[in-house]
Amino acid sequence: MSQQISVRIDNELYTATEGRTILQVAADNGRSIPTLCYLEGLSAPGSCRLCLVEVAGVGRLLPACTTPARSGMSVTTNSDALAHNRLMALELLFIERNHVCSVCVSNGHCELQSMAQRLGMTHVHLPYNFPRLPVDVSHPRFVLDHNRCILCSRCVRVCDEIEGAQVWDISARGINSMLVAELDRPWGEAQSCTSCGKCVQVCPTGALVEKGQAVEEMTKRNRIVTDLAVKRGART
Amino acid sequence: MKTIVIDPVTRIEGHSKITIHLDDAGRVTDTQFHVTQLRGFEKFCEGRPFYEMPSITERICGICPISHLLTSAKACEAIMCVRVPPTAVKLRQIMHCGQVIQSHALSFFHLSSPDLLLGFDSDPARRNIMGVIEAHPQLAKDGIALRRFGQNSIEGLAGERIHPSWTVPGGVNAPLVAAHRDRILAALPEAKAITQRTLSLYKSIVDRFSEEIEYFGNQPTMYAGLIDGSGNLELYDGHLRFIDAAGNVVVDRMETEDFEQYVGEATVPHSFLKAPYFKQAGYPDGVFRVGPLARLNIVARCGTELADAEFTEYHQRYGKVAQSSFHYHHARLIEILHCIERMERLLQDPAILGRHVRAHAGVNALEGIGMSEAPRGTLIHHYKVNEDGAITWANLIIATGNNNLAIGRSINQVSRHFVDGNRLQDGMLNRVQAVLRAYDPCLSCSTHATGQYPVEIRLVDADGAVLDSVRN
Ligand code: SF4
Ligand code: FES
Repeated sequence: MSQQISVRIDNELYTATEGRTILQVAADNGRSIPTLCYLEGLSAPGSCRLCLVEVAGVGRLLPACTTPARSGMSVTTNSDALAHNRLMALELLFIERNHVCSVCVSNGHCELQSMAQRLGMTHVHLPYNFPRLPVDVSHPRFVLDHNRCILCSRCVRVCDEIEGAQVWDISARGINSMLVAELDRPWGEAQSCTSCGKCVQVCPTGALVEKGQAVEEMTKRNRIVTDLAVKRGART
Repeated sequence: MKTIVIDPVTRIEGHSKITIHLDDAGRVTDTQFHVTQLRGFEKFCEGRPFYEMPSITERICGICPISHLLTSAKACEAIMCVRVPPTAVKLRQIMHCGQVIQSHALSFFHLSSPDLLLGFDSDPARRNIMGVIEAHPQLAKDGIALRRFGQNSIEGLAGERIHPSWTVPGGVNAPLVAAHRDRILAALPEAKAITQRTLSLYKSIVDRFSEEIEYFGNQPTMYAGLIDGSGNLELYDGHLRFIDAAGNVVVDRMETEDFEQYVGEATVPHSFLKAPYFKQAGYPDGVFRVGPLARLNIVARCGTELADAEFTEYHQRYGKVAQSSFHYHHARLIEILHCIERMERLLQDPAILGRHVRAHAGVNALEGIGMSEAPRGTLIHHYKVNEDGAITWANLIIATGNNNLAIGRSINQVSRHFVDGNRLQDGMLNRVQAVLRAYDPCLSCSTHATGQYPVEIRLVDADGAVLDSVRN
């Protein structure tokens, strides 16, 4: 049996099983920490930085989704500094590409949009990038709109870890990063794609969507993937 | 030579300016109508999946988004090669009527009634909707109520009043709920009564404007608009008809795809607004007018009882072809009445609650054209896609654009008659703007553009010096 540890989160003392992350311990106890790249059932890359928390005695902020809880740890999930950081991380996601909610098929059902509402994002304080990005409509059933991609890599992970097809990857670095199918070919030509649609279901925004869904119509069911992962005995 | 510049023109939708050139004696020699905004929807839509177009293009306008939405959906349906379920067609027609009502009400009550009720020469500081509220509170209330009726009808059907996503390529995404139908029907009698009262009022004052009627674009042109299978008024679907100035049919029941055979688009150097013309007559002679005036000139009847009685009286007053653009106002009121009757008829049909409201299909044709009658006239969306459904090319021909040449000539006629460069008065320049208001131009739509400037009128002398300019 794994060892039980005690962790303090926002001044409340909790008992947890060793090996669980701060995010999981918080969730087990009904505390929600903002996340975007994380999806239960998939590995956590810790890339979006929305789940950053303060850990007493550690001189920098740590992502809750990848940091294991340790015995005696004291974690703060909410503070003015954290709120400021999260908002900044979110604003940077918004300025990077072209997120025009009003004409998006995912309007009203988008995790990025809901996160902006949850964190109270009323303005974006930096100039928008307005990059010119393509829309890949070559797949018969699905569409990839790079304008709406936040590079969370959920699609990359689900395709690798659950479907086992490994169609997706992220190419290049930094601001030039792009999601690519099979070493950068049109998705419709990717022979490894099984057209299972899992990437579409886990994508938090309107970047991966079903073809033919009009504006505001695209709803996602990412629970399917989590449940599937749990059934297969993956992490919970 | 001198020039007057009116910049921006007030009480219209969008931004424009008018330049009036005068000779040494102060007489008008030439006029120009410039649309000073540019938006570029056609360009940035390239690459988008075609079925997103209705919701993207409806953002062109906040006043007639429904026209763009429906026309775009029709172009998409041409690409999909689907037949929209009959219930969905009816629901769209009702929504379209709601929009024509609210848009026409905006034009008549909010934008033009200050000229008509307070007078073209009245104090410019009070010659606006606030002045109308003071002097004619009941009429102002009526205008607001009628516009609200149109907006609420749209909201009842589509869930949102300005930019709803309910209309989708293939139909609509939810059937009508009985409670919403009943709510619209309950509000309908008041809307009808308002329209009838306003028509009576209009007919009682129109004779005061004989001089304006005579010179507000009272020129022979062709007219174009859609007609239904019986040659009656049709706003949502139907075939295009062109008539000449005498009322003879020149082209009848034109198929949507043949549009380019008949209509060319000229680019005008001093304006961002293109100028469509009737090809067989050439540019710039192929002037045609669209919108309420044109529609009531081309149709046999409206096809609803009360509107038809008004239609008959209208043509008894103004002749078989009502030629002055001043009559746009009257025609607009008759169309409001028609739309209310039309909505009533469609809503009373039990089939309107039918649940089959959407057809599904992918790309079955690489090109699609949609055409309908927007409040301001014939609107066309023309798209080309690749086999995967990405837009490769788009062209939007907008109602106000179709009127561009006619508007230019009307401004010229009004200016020549009313503007005297030696003793410039506010009422003169107001009439120049008022003829533009009669067309109810929507310049944001017509250039698919956003802009920061409303209207300017300039008076330029023979040496090109600007003598006077009015801007709002
Ligand atoms: S396509 Fe969607 S799931 Fe994939 S990286 Fe972009 S935002 Fe994340
Ligand atoms: S959710 Fe932890 S870094 Fe994205």
